[in-house]
Amino acid sequence: MSRLNKIFSQISKQEKRIALYCAIAFAIIATLPLFDQGFYLSISVNIVMYIVLCTAWSLFSGPTHYISLATAAFYGIGTYVVAIGIKDIPYPVLLVMAAIVSGGIAGIVGLATLRLSGVYFVVFTLGLSELIRQIVTWVQTNFSGSSGLYVFTDIREMHVFWQLLGLAVIVYIVGWLINRSRLGFAMQIIGNDETVAKHLGINTAISKILLFMISGAIIGVVGAIMAPRFSYVTPPSAFNPIISFQVVIMALLGGTKRLWGPLLGVIPFTILFDQVGVYFPDQTSIVIGVAFMAIVYLLPNGVLGLIETIKQKFTSSTKKEDPT
Amino acid sequence: MTIGKIFKTIAAAALASTLIVSAAYAETIKFGASAPKTGPLAGGAEVSHWPAIKLWVSDVNGRGGIDVGGEKMLIEVIEYDDRTSGEEAIKNIQRLINVDNVDFLIAPYSTGLNLAAAPIIAQAGFPQIAATAISDGIDEIAKQWPNSFWLLGSSSEFAKSVVDVLVTLRDRGDIGDKVAVVNVADAFGIELMNAGKPALEAAGFEIVYETSYPLSQQDFAPIISAAQAAEPDAFIAFSYPGDTFGLSAQAKIADLDVGAFYVGVATAFPAYLGANGAAAEGVLGAGAINVDAEGMAEWRARHKQVTGMDADYWASPMTYVGLQMLEQAITKVGSLDKADVIEAIKTMSFDTVLGTITLDNNINRKYWTVGQWQNGAFRGVASTGMDGEVAPIVKKGWK
Amino acid sequence: MSFIINGLLLGGTYALIAVGLTLQYGVARIMNLANGENLVFACFMAFWLYTAFAINPILGIVIIAPMAFVINWLIYSYAMRPLVNRSKTSGQLEVNSILATFGLLFILKGLMKFSFGGGYFTYNYLAEGISIFGHNYGLNRVVAFIAAAVIAGTLYLFLNYTRYGTAIRAVAVNPTSASLVAINVPRASAFAFALGGALTAASGALLSSFYTFHADMGMDFTMKALVIVIMAGVGDVRGAVLAALMLGLTETAIATFVDPGLTAAGTYGLFILVLLFRPQGIFGRSNS
Repeated sequence: MSRLNKIFSQISKQEKRIALYCAIAFAIIATLPLFDQGFYLSISVNIVMYIVLCTAWSLFSGPTHYISLATAAFYGIGTYVVAIGIKDIPYPVLLVMAAIVSGGIAGIVGLATLRLSGVYFVVFTLGLSELIRQIVTWVQTNFSGSSGLYVFTDIREMHVFWQLLGLAVIVYIVGWLINRSRLGFAMQIIGNDETVAKHLGINTAISKILLFMISGAIIGVVGAIMAPRFSYVTPPSAFNPIISFQVVIMALLGGTKRLWGPLLGVIPFTILFDQVGVYFPDQTSIVIGVAFMAIVYLLPNGVLGLIETIKQKFTSSTKKEDPT
Repeated sequence: MTIGKIFKTIAAAALASTLIVSAAYAETIKFGASAPKTGPLAGGAEVSHWPAIKLWVSDVNGRGGIDVGGEKMLIEVIEYDDRTSGEEAIKNIQRLINVDNVDFLIAPYSTGLNLAAAPIIAQAGFPQIAATAISDGIDEIAKQWPNSFWLLGSSSEFAKSVVDVLVTLRDRGDIGDKVAVVNVADAFGIELMNAGKPALEAAGFEIVYETSYPLSQQDFAPIISAAQAAEPDAFIAFSYPGDTFGLSAQAKIADLDVGAFYVGVATAFPAYLGANGAAAEGVLGAGAINVDAEGMAEWRARHKQVTGMDADYWASPMTYVGLQMLEQAITKVGSLDKADVIEAIKTMSFDTVLGTITLDNNINRKYWTVGQWQNGAFRGVASTGMDGEVAPIVKKGWK
Repeated sequence: MSFIINGLLLGGTYALIAVGLTLQYGVARIMNLANGENLVFACFMAFWLYTAFAINPILGIVIIAPMAFVINWLIYSYAMRPLVNRSKTSGQLEVNSILATFGLLFILKGLMKFSFGGGYFTYNYLAEGISIFGHNYGLNRVVAFIAAAVIAGTLYLFLNYTRYGTAIRAVAVNPTSASLVAINVPRASAFAFALGGALTAASGALLSSFYTFHADMGMDFTMKALVIVIMAGVGDVRGAVLAALMLGLTETAIATFVDPGLTAAGTYGLFILVLLFRPQGIFGRSNS
């Protein structure tokens, strides 16, 4: 408690004001289902879902520069926890279970792989999703005699939206706390230079695993929240590798240096992806591919980087004009 | 003619044409379609689903549109790709309903995607005429979502028919008791395996080899050689398009010596004959049509002419039939009221390219279950009471 | 017994794409996620050459591989080199190349869908049995294996016994030192990237003779190639060939004796073991 008090006593006035604005913004967004329960709600669910996924992904991958493609694995695990348990276990308990199972598996994976870096880690995490998907498919087809599970609940799209929005608030608070904590500080040093971090006596492995678990647990909960929306859960849809790729792309597009960076990637990309699907249904691949290339070559540091460059230019030019 | 007159004429013509365009627009019925254009099932949908829709639109608009209460209305289809993902299919359908404001939906492709989309379509109160789904759950599903209609049949009927064909061959002394049976680990394959295994055992067949393999299976040599090692008299695969081709090619190479060779979806594709040539002779597959039925040859020719592709011998016409049913129900109701159309579909009798169809508790109970390549045509050898069944022949080698 | 031959035949086709990827990643330092699309593109080219001009896929390599070489050279020069120049660290380059090749993947896939549609393609070339030790195997597989072996052998000789080949290996070991001994690193990188693309394309042409292929299967092959490359140790051509054969054997053994549904699980199981116990690759030398 005393630590918590200490953290809160450190909150500056400006931060309090930002928190207030954010709270108001969230409250306004939360009223969306009152106005539209169709397409706009549906795309907003996607946007908020990817905001949570990308922010959770960035919690770990942002500071460490480890590109994880395990998003689909944790997401799918969360979805399956709900799909399997929905008939017997109360839904809120399932959300907690999803967090525990996904976080736990993230921990095991972390133990096994976080010594690895670079492309090794990338391929391992991509492989992991495939591995889990194959095993789930195999177990399901051989022991339950079906390829999918029905998830019938009274949960409607707007409930999914509110849950995701709530989770987004939690993710931002968790992210903010991590940035202030010893863990966040350790991660920054690891991200800059892992050897230096080791020399400073930071237990790099434990720090990384802990963060990977937090990130994995949140992603798992997203999968759990989304399960009722599928209504019919199959391994290819729950463990869809495209989710992993989209998360990486959107997060990097937005920028991972700040907590709110991924937001800048998620919103335009989700809308673009959707519009392309509408106006060029036969050419989605080409248009998306071209868009990616344009992004890589025009926005190397993400939207966040672009904003900061503009800001720097602006401040430096105003400074020059300032005679003092 | 003065310049002013010319100008006026042009202006009048332009005005008239815009009026015509807007008038035509007002009389258009909008249909929404979401099905795979990419992903594992894109290959199947490109053969059985999308061309049938294209042909139907061309046919209907060619005769001036759908008759709605005595007025002809042209049709238009808005197409989305679901990337073979249930999640994407749900998103597409929401968009079709809420943003594009379509009047009706064309049901998705495949068992899994139709099941995935059923709740959301039901919630919106649209009719769902599923022409490419096979499941044993259809009775229960149709009860849960009374707006859904299932044309292609149930898994146990399909599996039972396969066993019946084997029994026929065994009784004739063409094959023995030993059967190798494999399935693709997707809704279709699993359901047929679950129904087929007990049916085989009940009929006194001995299962000497069985396995399932994933939808993404690329290499079929191990499956065929393991099956071959068990020396079966018949080989059954409840397979999807990619694996149907792969297993057949490998069986031919390995010279798998069986008297009956059954592969699932895509056996009825014209491309199957193209890929296997003479080796296709005697191969059994899921579904069929009566190629000699009245109007079928003409329909197939039109399909080829309009879409540039040959129709398959099973799901293509059924997809077309589903659309014909929707059209005839709209005409009967005389309006675009979805609830009325649903009620009409339940009770009316449809005149389709596959003959007269009526539904019993939202389900088509008369359909083809097993076909066989015989002399370059895919002919129905088993059904639940269709006309034009022919006797199955024994598979004689792969040359 | 038959599983060993089946496994080796399969592994042989994996070997070329893995060698292609190991050249691209090991020398040019680009993790090319679009390499599988490159392979599928070659499948379609081989299909087209065979069906439209009756040019068999083995002969087709003579057309397809140089074409892939040129295309990949252009891709490297115009799309990848700016990233190489811009990235200060290898980590940055990795991120950039993942993003850029992901874009490339989508473009290539889209082009293939646009030109060929989303259907399943197959054609009959030497689709007949050949008896080896009393079992029938696809003649097309055997021919493809032999062709792959010839190509891999030629490459091995080139890398080890020619001046330029040695230069490429030097860049793989250390680009900075390589440039010190007057090796034109950018050019060697472009060459390696293009050569890797050409090898992958050759593998695609061979594969198409016995696989049912479609525009969406590129990613599967990229994954297999990545697993092989990492198992072998990045940049190790000989290791990649051996690892590819091992993967082919493992997959076939699992599919034959355990369950085809667990083939991929077996692949990744093997991969995990390698990562845990030999992270530098089975044949790689430890850095420390």
